[in-house]
Amino acid sequence: MSVLLSARGVAMHFGGVAAVDGVDFSVAEGELRGLIGPNGAGKSTFFKCLTGQLRPTAGSILFRDRNITGMQRFAIARMGIGIKTQVPSLFDGLTVRESVMIALRRFLAEREARRRAQAILERFGLDGLAETEVGRLAHGQRQWVELAMVIAPEPALILLDEPTAGMSAEETRRTAALIRELNARHTLIVVEHDMAFIRAIAHTVTVLHQGRVLVEDEVAKVLADPRVQNVYLGRQVQPA
Amino acid sequence: MSRKLFLEIAIALFLALAAALVLPRVLALFALINATVFIAMAVLALSLGLIWGVGGILSFGQTAFFGLGGYAYAVAAINFNDSLYAVPIALLVPTLAAAALGYFMFYGRISDVYVGAITLTVSLILFNFANSTAGEEWRIGEAPLGGFNGIPSTPQLNVPGNPDATLSPQAIFIVAVFALALCYILAKLLLAGRFGRVVVAIRENETRAELLGYDARRYKLGIFSLGGAIAGLAGILFANSVFVSPTMFSLFYSGQLIIWVMVGGRGTLLGPILGAFLVQAVTTWAGTEPRLNPNAILGILLMLAVMGMPRGLLPTLRLAWGRRRGVQLA
Ligand SMILES: Nc1ncnc2c1ncn2[C@@H]1O[C@H](COP(=O)(O)OP(=O)(O)O)[C@@H](O)[C@H]1O
Ligand SMILES: [Mg+2]
Repeated sequence: MSVLLSARGVAMHFGGVAAVDGVDFSVAEGELRGLIGPNGAGKSTFFKCLTGQLRPTAGSILFRDRNITGMQRFAIARMGIGIKTQVPSLFDGLTVRESVMIALRRFLAEREARRRAQAILERFGLDGLAETEVGRLAHGQRQWVELAMVIAPEPALILLDEPTAGMSAEETRRTAALIRELNARHTLIVVEHDMAFIRAIAHTVTVLHQGRVLVEDEVAKVLADPRVQNVYLGRQVQPA
Repeated sequence: MSRKLFLEIAIALFLALAAALVLPRVLALFALINATVFIAMAVLALSLGLIWGVGGILSFGQTAFFGLGGYAYAVAAINFNDSLYAVPIALLVPTLAAAALGYFMFYGRISDVYVGAITLTVSLILFNFANSTAGEEWRIGEAPLGGFNGIPSTPQLNVPGNPDATLSPQAIFIVAVFALALCYILAKLLLAGRFGRVVVAIRENETRAELLGYDARRYKLGIFSLGGAIAGLAGILFANSVFVSPTMFSLFYSGQLIIWVMVGGRGTLLGPILGAFLVQAVTTWAGTEPRLNPNAILGILLMLAVMGMPRGLLPTLRLAWGRRRGVQLA
């Protein structure tokens, strides 16, 4: 399998705070990678570096063998990296359909975009809410709308930052199913707190701690690793 | 084109036609010229409605482009002696000025607060500059800039190619009516299309729009430049109903302009136009009542609007209308 994305020595320092502190990380084409770590470990900051929302203070990022370090976020998006941010990022004043249309109109003409938007809305069970303003939706539904927008342009690499936060058990189950389904055609990196969820979807897991990679291995091994339990799990979750 | 859009355009054209046919016959000359000024201001309000209401860019100095359009028109008309050349020049100058300023602000990724401050500063600089051009040495070709007096000899529009056939105030009123209708229709069409949808999305959430691959800077520059062009057109109409002077750049107008848009309703195109007519009508009326202070009336109107209808007149009316018909507003 070829490497799709690789980060070398990526660091992001805010004044004295080293949010990300020299991360070496790579994902292969077609992989579904879990990215875990305690609050403040630097996961979201690392995602922001990958997507051009922050310019890393050191290191380099290659995507499809092209150096994308410090590129504008819209240019990185066009190359095929989509992100669902931790704090939902939506067009509150637009309807659900308009939101998905915006995601598609960048590269599709009106008619084709309409057709695809309808298909995506149905796939996400959002067709009943299509003409509703996004700002009026419940939290779980908002998560789905954001997922629909991110996935609509079919990015090669999809980053999901805590996609099930605030979702019901049923919605979480559907999200896990969706992520596995997406993995058939996309490479994904998923940040999650819910260990059962990570265990259900991911094969390989990378653990970040204080801005560095602590462990990277198969999910069962990682969860059993005493170092991981120490820094992160607090021995609450027993490995299967 | 959707049926609703088609209907709105048809209504706009019908109203313009009706106004053009009826008002020049029934209004006295003074009232007609006043009405032309109202229309020029409505065009100016539409320009701010586009960039602020639709694009989310609060320009405190939209009058910069209004004044530049007016001055460019007056200077070019005096020099070329034919408005056929003056009009395109007067559209081009404010458009280019807006594009240059917009490039600096948006490509420099300047924050919204500074955009407000910079636009305000630019309009004040132009105001001061225009006021300081009193001497004989301040002339462009044949046209004296006239300092605080402005250019009272601002020529009227003429029949294209025939400089001697200047338009009557009635004809200029009709031109203004159709200019307003045309701007409204163009803006409507633009909003319904891809460019307009993306501009609205960027207003709603610039980060999300960029994470979906849109270069927000380009779209903001586009809508800001268009706003400059429309404000320039308003300046041409104003120059034809009054004459150009430094007050066109003044805080007095840029402040009122923001009030018109707030009262009428941000995010709509009709709102700013209605707001401009309504507030001007009220302040003009208050000016004729010796016991009333127009500025106090303006302030009270603004406070009532902000507290009673924070979304503006038109969105509030739409909401009420929807409720009466039992429509669930999405
Ligand atoms: N813009 C910022 N300025 C200063 N510190 C920041 C900023 N963003 C994140 N941090 C700090 O960086 C660290 C990592 O944050 P984050 O990446 O959000 O962690 P995680 O997503 O793993 O919970 C935290 O200590 C956080 O306070
Ligand atoms: Mg985070």
